[in-house]
Amino acid sequence: MRFYEFEAKELLRRRGVPLPESRLARTAAEAAAAQRDLGGAVVLKSQVLSGGRMKAGGVRFAESADEARDAAEAILALPISGQEPAGVLVEQKGDVAQEYYAAVTWDGRAKRPVIIFSDMGGIDIEEVAETHPEHVSRTHVSTLRPLSDYQAKLAVARTGVTGGDLNRLARIVLQLARAFREHDLTLAEINPIGKLADGGILALDAHMEMEAEARGAHRGLLADLGIADEDTRQARPPTPFEVAGAQVDAQDTRGVAGNVTEFSGSLGLVIGAGGGSLTLFDAVRSAGGDPANYCEVGGNPSVRKTAALTRLIVSKPGVEKIAVMMNVVSNTRVDIMARGVIKGVIDAGFDPAEKIAIFRIPGSWEEEGFAILRRYGVEYVDRSVSMHEAARRAVAKLAAQDGG
Amino acid sequence: MPDGLFIRVDIAESVQSDPDLVRRLLEVCPVDIFDRAEEGGVTTVEANLDECTLCDLCIQAAGDDRVRVVKLYQD
Ligand code: SF4
Repeated sequence: MRFYEFEAKELLRRRGVPLPESRLARTAAEAAAAQRDLGGAVVLKSQVLSGGRMKAGGVRFAESADEARDAAEAILALPISGQEPAGVLVEQKGDVAQEYYAAVTWDGRAKRPVIIFSDMGGIDIEEVAETHPEHVSRTHVSTLRPLSDYQAKLAVARTGVTGGDLNRLARIVLQLARAFREHDLTLAEINPIGKLADGGILALDAHMEMEAEARGAHRGLLADLGIADEDTRQARPPTPFEVAGAQVDAQDTRGVAGNVTEFSGSLGLVIGAGGGSLTLFDAVRSAGGDPANYCEVGGNPSVRKTAALTRLIVSKPGVEKIAVMMNVVSNTRVDIMARGVIKGVIDAGFDPAEKIAIFRIPGSWEEEGFAILRRYGVEYVDRSVSMHEAARRAVAKLAAQDGG
Repeated sequence: MPDGLFIRVDIAESVQSDPDLVRRLLEVCPVDIFDRAEEGGVTTVEANLDECTLCDLCIQAAGDDRVRVVKLYQD
């Protein structure tokens, strides 16, 4: 769940991170008043939940109330990535001498948060990492032990920053890392942190995202920021396919068979089991496959629910085959899953032997499940075939059908 | 009795005249495969047959000569 810049900055402000003076304006008249209030040069920034604001024309500058009004009027009328602005952040514009980058995100491989810091801020960090790797530091921190000043200092010092700047930047980085952990964020980024000509250091832009599943644990904070429960903050509205997937999952309370995300590929995926969905989706992609969807199945959903999900996926325009794959399951029954997917394929008017590229769900009741699959001529594999190999075979089967 | 795609449940005629057993069948099945028949006695719910968990509770309640759970995918 992404925060608007003004909300992310409010979280930083509460932690004592120095910020430029700013006002949120919902109308052009409010923006003009904000400029008068702040005085001097201001920057006006569209409040949308996406990047690329500058390029899109969502960031403008003004030195008077009239200019601020005109700039806000233009920004408020400009959708960015299909989003109407929630307002305009009017902010004092300083004279920036140097820009830094700081972020805390989750490193899936290290299974720990990582602080990323660069003394080349204001530009795309991936580009900096590529062209000037010595200007980017990565410092892993614990999810359990308290964060220390030392770790924050290390992150900054690794890029060669010293003296007073090191201390002031480290204080900001430490608060950013604390915000990341305490608010269950998946990304906490300040880009840029600006060092002004007068030596002051300020967080000029902020991007934060909270783990959607953690919203319940942060109700108070979200209410405090004025974020209502129904404000889902999805990057785009759900597609009809995704709405139908949610309806399937809501059919009954048994297990999970839904949470679909639509993609444009030709290989439908019925995937899941304890993070297996993400692994399997990646496995299909790294095998050169083109998924038609992401989904999550697990916790022993009813046959009815699995069948409905399968029917939805297999009937999606452009889907040529589906791959049914999960990690080794203990709390989901292989035979119940086999019944569900076969029923779904048949209900959609297809032959399971032809439509199911591979069935790789090993685990409880697998012999019973395999008996069902044999009866319908569906190719299946057990746990001796890895998830990656199963994904590769599914992709290869589809390619062979397409003559690729 | 109607069939599912994967499961059929056969109920012996003698069950129909045993109200106590009918009640127990309705009680034990975790996925509501048994229902009261309009004409009295018990029937199976077609839409639920494929949800059968093969738990055997109905067989334990009735005895395997009176209720049979048939896996249609086995030869
Ligand atoms: S085996 Fe279990 S789930 Fe199946 S019909 Fe009998 S009681 Fe119901």
